[in-house]
Amino acid sequence: MEDQRAGGACLDSDITAQTDIQLQPQTSISSSVETLTRIKAGKVSKKKSRTSRASAETMAKQQREISISEFFARNRHLLGFDNKRKALLTSVKEAVDNALDACEEGGVFPEIYLEIKQLAEDRFRMICRDNGPGIVKAQIPNIFGKLLYGSKFHRLKMSRGQQGIGISAAGMYGLITTGKPVSIISRTGKGKPAHHYKLAIDTKKNKPDIIADKTVDVPWDRGTEIEIEMVASYNKGRQSVAEYIELTAIANPHTTIVFKGPDKKVVEYLRNVDELPEQTEEIKPHPHGVELGILMKMVKETSAKQLGAFLSGEFSRVSPKIAKEVCAKSGLTQRTWLQSVGPSDIEKIYNVLQETKLRAPSTNCLAPIGAEAILNGLLKGIKAEFYTASTRPPAVYRGNPFQIEVGMAFGGQLGSLDNNGNGDEKSKQPPTARVIRFANRVPLLYQQSGCCTFKSVVDTKWNNYGLSQSRSSLPQAPFVVLIHMASVWVPFTSESKEAIADYDEIRKEIKLGLSECGRRLGTYIRRKKKRSHFAQRRDVFHRYIHEIVESCRAMTVCNKDDLRNALSDLAARATEAADMEFDDHGKIIAKRKGSDSEMDNTIVLGESEQAPPGQMELFAGDDESVTERKVRAKKSKKKSKKSKGAKNAKPTGKKKKKRK
Amino acid sequence: MAKKKTKKSTAKKKSASKSPKTVTKKRSKRGSNGVKTTAKLEGLAESVVENAFGRREPAIDIPIRALSNVSFNPKTRYIEMGDRCQQRALFNYGQAKRFMQTLLVASKCKELVDADKTASIRQIYYLAKHTIKGTKEKTFDSQDESDPVIEDLEVALEALREELHVFAGSKGALIGELTFVDSGDTIDATKLGSGGYAIPSIVEPNVIQFKKCKAKYVLHVEKDTVWRRFVEDRFWEKHRCILTHGGGQPSRGVRRMLYRLHDELKLPVVCLLDNDPWGYYIYSVIKQGSINLAFESSRMAVPNARFIGVSSFDYDRFDLTDDVKIELDGNDIKRAKQILNYPWFAGKKAWEKEIKRMVKNGFKMEVEALCSKNLTFVTEEYTPQRLKQPKSWLD
Ligand SMILES: Nc1ncnc2c1ncn2[C@@H]1O[C@H](COP(=O)(O)OP(=O)(O)OP(=O)(O)O)[C@@H](O)[C@H]1O
Ligand SMILES: [Mg+2]
Repeated sequence: MEDQRAGGACLDSDITAQTDIQLQPQTSISSSVETLTRIKAGKVSKKKSRTSRASAETMAKQQREISISEFFARNRHLLGFDNKRKALLTSVKEAVDNALDACEEGGVFPEIYLEIKQLAEDRFRMICRDNGPGIVKAQIPNIFGKLLYGSKFHRLKMSRGQQGIGISAAGMYGLITTGKPVSIISRTGKGKPAHHYKLAIDTKKNKPDIIADKTVDVPWDRGTEIEIEMVASYNKGRQSVAEYIELTAIANPHTTIVFKGPDKKVVEYLRNVDELPEQTEEIKPHPHGVELGILMKMVKETSAKQLGAFLSGEFSRVSPKIAKEVCAKSGLTQRTWLQSVGPSDIEKIYNVLQETKLRAPSTNCLAPIGAEAILNGLLKGIKAEFYTASTRPPAVYRGNPFQIEVGMAFGGQLGSLDNNGNGDEKSKQPPTARVIRFANRVPLLYQQSGCCTFKSVVDTKWNNYGLSQSRSSLPQAPFVVLIHMASVWVPFTSESKEAIADYDEIRKEIKLGLSECGRRLGTYIRRKKKRSHFAQRRDVFHRYIHEIVESCRAMTVCNKDDLRNALSDLAARATEAADMEFDDHGKIIAKRKGSDSEMDNTIVLGESEQAPPGQMELFAGDDESVTERKVRAKKSKKKSKKSKGAKNAKPTGKKKKKRK
Repeated sequence: MAKKKTKKSTAKKKSASKSPKTVTKKRSKRGSNGVKTTAKLEGLAESVVENAFGRREPAIDIPIRALSNVSFNPKTRYIEMGDRCQQRALFNYGQAKRFMQTLLVASKCKELVDADKTASIRQIYYLAKHTIKGTKEKTFDSQDESDPVIEDLEVALEALREELHVFAGSKGALIGELTFVDSGDTIDATKLGSGGYAIPSIVEPNVIQFKKCKAKYVLHVEKDTVWRRFVEDRFWEKHRCILTHGGGQPSRGVRRMLYRLHDELKLPVVCLLDNDPWGYYIYSVIKQGSINLAFESSRMAVPNARFIGVSSFDYDRFDLTDDVKIELDGNDIKRAKQILNYPWFAGKKAWEKEIKRMVKNGFKMEVEALCSKNLTFVTEEYTPQRLKQPKSWLD
């Protein structure tokens, strides 16, 4: 956790300087600051117009810095605290995300305990504990008592958190709504003391306000436990804490989560993969993803003395040879002293860099979930009959490597429809498909329609894959589609990290992933239709046998029972086809045995294997049936190096650990 | 099932052959089969039972009743049925229901024959209609489903409708210079008032025997209303003829009656029908038989019949006014072209001219339109005049 301090120190000094913030390599923060500037200007002029005209001097008295915490306290919707219901979810999300990040960085299988306690009608306490590396005493106040303080902003590495706002914003929300400080207990190892802090944020100064600081005894060796009290509301169903946890479990099969809700019911999501996501590497910025202002800042801050060394040392994919070319094209040399490089030179260099053909950034900074782990997650989380998943090869947008993964679940209990289309149920409208979205393994629950993933789903012509869909809407089918974007920098549309921005490159990858899985789904649906066609046929034969027996008996002497049996036998023989599998050309292929021999990363559950109908509660601790429904995914032969980890993933880690 | 859907019906004796046996035997010449109807119906059921116990899928061969399986025989000058059969199999998704219906109707016919009762085709429909056990499905949804099944049985079993004890409602009527016996009652067709004699569905010699005939020919008109005009004006008396009508497309009884009048009493048959494709087709059915019932042509078709009107040229010939015109629609024109293409119209120059003229006229005319001149124009001027011009009749 060395870099945490370094990053923190750096940010600490930057925070006060508005211009510096604008140079952060991240658009959303700078845009917020722009908003802030606009608000400030508006406020001043409004006030003046009511009284006398302002002079520069009177205005100067009004002009002062606005602390970032003050700004976000007013504009808390930007961080996802728009309403009581969402506030609770956002707080849980920030705490859980941090816990998972910390555990993975520390190289331990995350074991997270989350509890929501209801204190009054609209007052709740959230407790989140992890078994991560813990936080050193000196950093605790900054992390929880200061906005824009974190270890993840200044590096290009795949993690859930990236902005350094998350948990402190949750604490600030609690403080604003209840006046209660945040409580943090952290311990960095056995034999070390556990520090207990109570912190408030001084919003004026964006500084922590230490209310209590003591050492306590805890029954656990290592990790962090935070407690925030807030005004909130607890709901069930879509966009609820429960859904968030459930989806987190799907995308993080290496994690154990124990969740205790206000009803005191404990739900456990057990780890079913025995490998941690591959450790990702930090990468240097790729020249194609860098903006001019950032380039200028990098020139100012680098320790390199000469241009050539700067270019090849600070960027990925810029070799000394390329650096030489770039210098030459910009009318400079590798030996040019950086001190002598002026803004116009930097602009020239910038333009040359954009035009130069460079290799795409390396992608070992990405850790996709992996098709098989996705299947594992879907299988235990969603009761369907058909599952498939695929991991796209890494791609790049604006110089940032990213990777798209798609998973699909279809049929089974997803449609409350009886599979045989029996009786009244037939008249029921098929359900609308559901999209579950993840960014760096974090579920996205809000702003679905603004999300690139959702737009791609709606844009896809599902009719081609056997699902019915009216123009520009979700397909009408018992269908769940999962989309995961893994990237060193996920381009969110806002600070509350709810929707992925719509970059062409990202859209294209999502669509490729969707069509890859869609084709498998289409094949499955076509085969299924063919099967039901034959079953229907058999039904018709049996239906008329009785009539035929009666008619024959009326015309000639025969034994009705014998005739009925003989005809039934013939009917069965004639429709043996109903029990066979057909390929796309209607040729008979081998009998079905669970998995589909022709499709990679696909699982088909026979009717007997599907969980019995009834409770639709998504895998709420019901691990019996989960164990039974083993993954029989076929191993893909051609797998990217990255998904190797997931390839060996087997459902394991079934030991139950109940914590009080 | 290695069998093709359609196949040549071969003379398969009920022997130890392994392939599924079908019911029909070689099509024999009409009327020369001595096998009793009961035996035929029993044979149908037996073949199903036999096949079932022999683990073969039951099927019935049914001669195809469609344009594709009829041919015009220039020697006999009527339409004959080809020998292509369609196999109706129980274990075929598209045929299962029809198979069941065929057996069901057959069993109802067997009941009728055994009890020596006859039933109309509508009564058959109600006899066979019920809900299938364990479902909400009906054996028949409408008479449109059961009527063709009866025809299927007729061709499959080579049994005439009357042999199956089924009849259709009587539609046509007769009046004129003829005395005959119907079911033992002597009928003088000159003494039938204004209603005439309703031609029954079954007019076989065992029911109707001709006694005395003073008529010189038979005038067949298209429908009841025109026929009444002729009756009221006592046309049959003045012109010494027999007047018949078929209520549109003549039923089998009417056609069989025309055939017998022509065949046994050697009376020429002339037709007065509407000037439209429908009228042409009625004429065609009387003269050379219908596609659907091609297997009965030999006992119904009257190849020597003639068409005296109304012709497309009559508008000019008789100086008619615009009031008689009914505009042709797209269907009329399509149908006219279809008729022109029937093999039995092919090469008939006069007909080609007639139909082309109608299309060129752009209108059709009903016989009744002739009343626009005056009420009795058709009986007193038009028809007598047409009868005097055999050269302008159509063949
Ligand atoms: N449970 C924890 N265990 C260890 N370190 C933690 C924990 N929670 C937070 N941290 C540290 O505190 C920093 C700040 O966390 P915070 O949630 O405010 O920002 P972030 O996770 O970096 O970004 P984001 O705003 O996107 O969540 C993190 O970068 C991490 O280094
Ligand atoms: Mg965070």
